[in-house]
Parts: sequence; structure tokens; C-alpha cells
Amino acid sequence: MRTQANRRNWGARLVVLVPYLWLFVFFLVPFVIVLKISLSQTALALPPYMPVFDFAAGWAGLMEFTAQLSADSFRLLSSDAIYLLSYLKSLQIAAISTILLLAIGYPIAYGMARAPRSWQPPLVMAVVLPFWTSFLIRIYAWINILQRDGLLNDVLTRLHAIDAPAAWLSSDTAIYIGILYSYLPFMVLPLYAALEKMDETLLEAAADLGCPRWKTFWLVTLPLSLPGVAAGTLLCFIPIVGEFVIPDLLGGSETMMIGQTLWTEFFSNRDWPVASAIAVSLLGLLLVPILFYERLQQRSLEGSR
Amino acid sequence: MKRGASSFNIISAVLGLAFLYLPITILVIYSFNASRLVTIWGGWSLEWYRELLRDDAVLQAAWISLRVAVLSASAATVLGTLAAVALTRMGRFRGRLLFSGMVYAPLVIPEVITGLSLLLLFVALNADRGFWTIVIAHTTLTMCFVAVIVQSRLVSFDRSLEEAAMDLGCPPVKTFLTITLRLIAPAIAAGWMLAFSLSLDDLVIASFTTGPGATTLPIRIYSEVRLGVKPEINAVCTIMIAIVAVGTIAASLIAKSGTARRDRAALGAQV
Repeated sequence: MRTQANRRNWGARLVVLVPYLWLFVFFLVPFVIVLKISLSQTALALPPYMPVFDFAAGWAGLMEFTAQLSADSFRLLSSDAIYLLSYLKSLQIAAISTILLLAIGYPIAYGMARAPRSWQPPLVMAVVLPFWTSFLIRIYAWINILQRDGLLNDVLTRLHAIDAPAAWLSSDTAIYIGILYSYLPFMVLPLYAALEKMDETLLEAAADLGCPRWKTFWLVTLPLSLPGVAAGTLLCFIPIVGEFVIPDLLGGSETMMIGQTLWTEFFSNRDWPVASAIAVSLLGLLLVPILFYERLQQRSLEGSR
Repeated sequence: MKRGASSFNIISAVLGLAFLYLPITILVIYSFNASRLVTIWGGWSLEWYRELLRDDAVLQAAWISLRVAVLSASAATVLGTLAAVALTRMGRFRGRLLFSGMVYAPLVIPEVITGLSLLLLFVALNADRGFWTIVIAHTTLTMCFVAVIVQSRLVSFDRSLEEAAMDLGCPPVKTFLTITLRLIAPAIAAGWMLAFSLSLDDLVIASFTTGPGATTLPIRIYSEVRLGVKPEINAVCTIMIAIVAVGTIAASLIAKSGTARRDRAALGAQV
């Protein structure tokens, strides 16, 4: 009996330990390394930064290593306006597009949740299906439409809405279109989940008591859907701030979003410490929303027992 | 209250769906365009598909992507399911908060950060970058998606089945294998498919963690797309869309026949 209990204990421990260790090694440790390299200096070497930590050097090596750390990369980030503008642009685009997503996604989710029961699974499927096709393909599809000799200009000139082809691509408008297009399911699905769970007798009660429809929406529907609003907002806002592919393919070259700046520092300038410092400060910027999101997930997945 | 088929609801749903499907539909149609220009319709043609079959670089990239996706999705499904079980069935254990934090964070953390941090880890470990580093990176990202899907299934079903089995003396491992695993099987399958498609789709993390000789399909497509629209790319994309559509429809049919079988079984039990 005792051995069985022991074995069970070990089995249970393994269930926790295996994914725990995996995430520890491949998710948490890398962040510590990023933090460390953001405090290093660029060097013409392989790897292109110094100091390089050497386990063999022992305690003395560690002391020397710490002495060589510097905040130069962070000083550069705060002194050069390029980085600051980049952060501000990312936050601005993320904020505006999240609001737009909410404004577009809410009526869609509401329409889905109010549709007849038998229609709902196909509707959910219809919203999710494009999300299964490649993200890159969906952005690329928009290049076909938005480019100078693309379909949008073609249609608009034929309708005589514009005289000369307009430059839709390489603009903030194109970035917004790409973001709205790619992130819409992430906004609609949490909203739908919240609206669909809602008890409809509440709406009936409000109507019976003479409450006008808009007031019912404002006093009953909206407050009850707030968890969905929060989930959708966070699920969109956080990744959009660090978005790379959409601004890179659809956006212009004037002001880069922070994800592009990180990419350029890393791949073009090969400045690993600055790229790491951007990553660290971006993570710092997003820490509060990420923690909010974690709380929300914990409550919805673990609290419902 | 009537289940509100108000015109506003219908219009917003229809417009929303049109917005979602129109660009993809246009892309698919133009992959069959005989003309090289997007604005000129030159008649139906399979020319770009033929050209594609001759393009060894794209075919090789597709093969690498496919292998990465199968391997990482399978590893992620095992790890993600274990993580979900750990979070729902193991009660409190030391470091639980950190664990759940590590499971949920990758879902929202921008990919550039995850990619950069994993690359720096591989450099610090002095690992050869290429096929396997992409597999590890994708496993790490997608296991969290699997964990969330399986977890939502684990919390929603009736625990009394498991408890009944254990009360009757069924050992926990056997209970898990014969009862729990069967009940969460649809979620595990859905998790695998999501992990597979996320891996097949990923550009950013693969770009950071790749090495010589391991160019995945998205990396290849990205480098072509940066140079402008090409009909061959439309053809690649159409094939990928077709695979996804067939896969999704097949999966939903399998799920449907699964529930039908379960309903029949329940009916049989009543009779």
C-alpha cells in the first residue's frame, strides 16, 4: 500500500515536473539571459557581445563579469529619440486598433450570440476558419489588394471615385487594416463567449419592466459582457504592441513600430545588447497588462471549479 | 423576447464575415490567373502551380516546415496536456503560481521577445542552430496553447466519473488513461491541430532560431513577399488554404461522428 502511494506520488510529481522544467529552461531562463545581455556591451566577436560569462572562472570570474556589466544600452534607448518615438507609435497603434477592434467586434459577437441556436456553431466556425489559414497569407492577401496597381485602386478608378491611383500600401492605414483583419477573431471569440453565456430572462425582465432597448444594453448586457471585453482587449493589445510582420509588410518606412526596431537592431545592425534592452523595456511596458491577463486566465480556467 | 434577428445584427454579422473572407477569396481566384498582373484577368490557368512544382527551394522549405510542425505539435501536445493536468488535478504544489504564469504568458508575449530570448539561450548553450532549435522553440510556444485548450475541457466535465472509478478501486493512472484521457481526447486533438498550424505559420520565432539549411516555408514566403506580389506565392498560399480547409472540415466531421457515437452509446445504456 505504501509503495503504491509512493509510486502515485512520483507519477504525480512527474506530471508537474516535466512541463515545469521545460518551461523553466526554455521560457524563463532565456529571459534572464536577455536581461544579462541587455547589460552587456557590443563587441566585434562571436557572440557579438561582452562580457561572456565563463563558468570555469569561478567566483573571481563572476566578480569580474559583474564589474563589466553596464547600462549603456538602456542609456542609448533613453537618449535617442528614435526609440522613444518607436515605443509611442507602437502604443498609439495598439490603442487605436484595439478600440476599433472592440467597436467592430462587439456588434459581430452580439449578432452571433443573438442568432438562432442552430446557427451558432457554423457562425463560430466561420469566424474561426480564416484564423486557421496562415497569418502571413492573410497579410499577403492585403498586399494584392492595397498595392498601387492593386485591386482597390482598380475598383475605385473604375467607379471614378478617385482620379489617380492612391498609395494605400506603406501607410498607417494599411497597418490598421492588417491588424483589424488579423486580430478580429481574437476579439470576437471572447466577446461571443461572454455574451452567449448571458441569461436572456434578464433582458426579458428589463423589457417587461419598460426599460428601453438601449438602456437595457447599457445597464444589463454591457456590464455582463465586461469579462469578455477585458479578455479580448488584452488578447489584442499586448501582442499588437510588439507586432512585427504587419507593419513590416504593410507599413511605411518613416516611423517603425518597436517590434521592427528590435528586429532591425538584431538582424541588420547586429547589435545584440541594444536589441535585448529593447526587449527588456518592452516587456517592462507590457508587464502590467500581462499580469492582468494572467489573473483573468487563472480566474476563468482555475476558478470555475 | 424574440431571439433577435434584428436587421442590424444580421448586417453586422454579414459585413464582418465578408471582411474576413473577401481577401482570401481574391487571393485564391488570382492564383488561377493566367496574367502576371493582379488587375488584368488573363483567363483561368494552372501555370503558377506548374511553376511551383519546379521550384525546388519552395518545395524543400515546405518539407522542412511540415516536419517541424509534426514534431513540435506532437511534443507540445504531450507537454501541454501534462501541464493542463498539473494545473487542474494536482491541487496546490510549490511554485504553482510561477508555473501557471509560465503557461499563460507565452500566449500574449510579443513573438519578437520570445524569439530573441530563445535565440540567446541557444547561443549561450552553444547549440547548433537549425532544424532542432526551431522544433524546440515551437514546442515551447505551442504547448501553452494546447495546455489552455485541454485545461478548459478538464474543468468543464463532470469529475464524478473519475471519482467513481477511484472509489471502486481503480488506480489513478488507470483512471486517467481509461476515463480522463478519453473525455479530453477531442480537446487534445484540437490542441494538436492548433499547435500544428501555429508552427506551420510562424515566421518571427523561426527567423530568430533558425540556422543554415533550415529555411521554413514562412521564412521563404516572407523573403519573396518583401520583393513584391508574385503569382507563384498566390499558388503556394492557395494550396496551404486548401489543406487547412480540408483538415478543419475533416476534424469537425470526426468530432461530429464522435458525439453521435457517444449519444448512441448513452441511448443504448438507457435501453
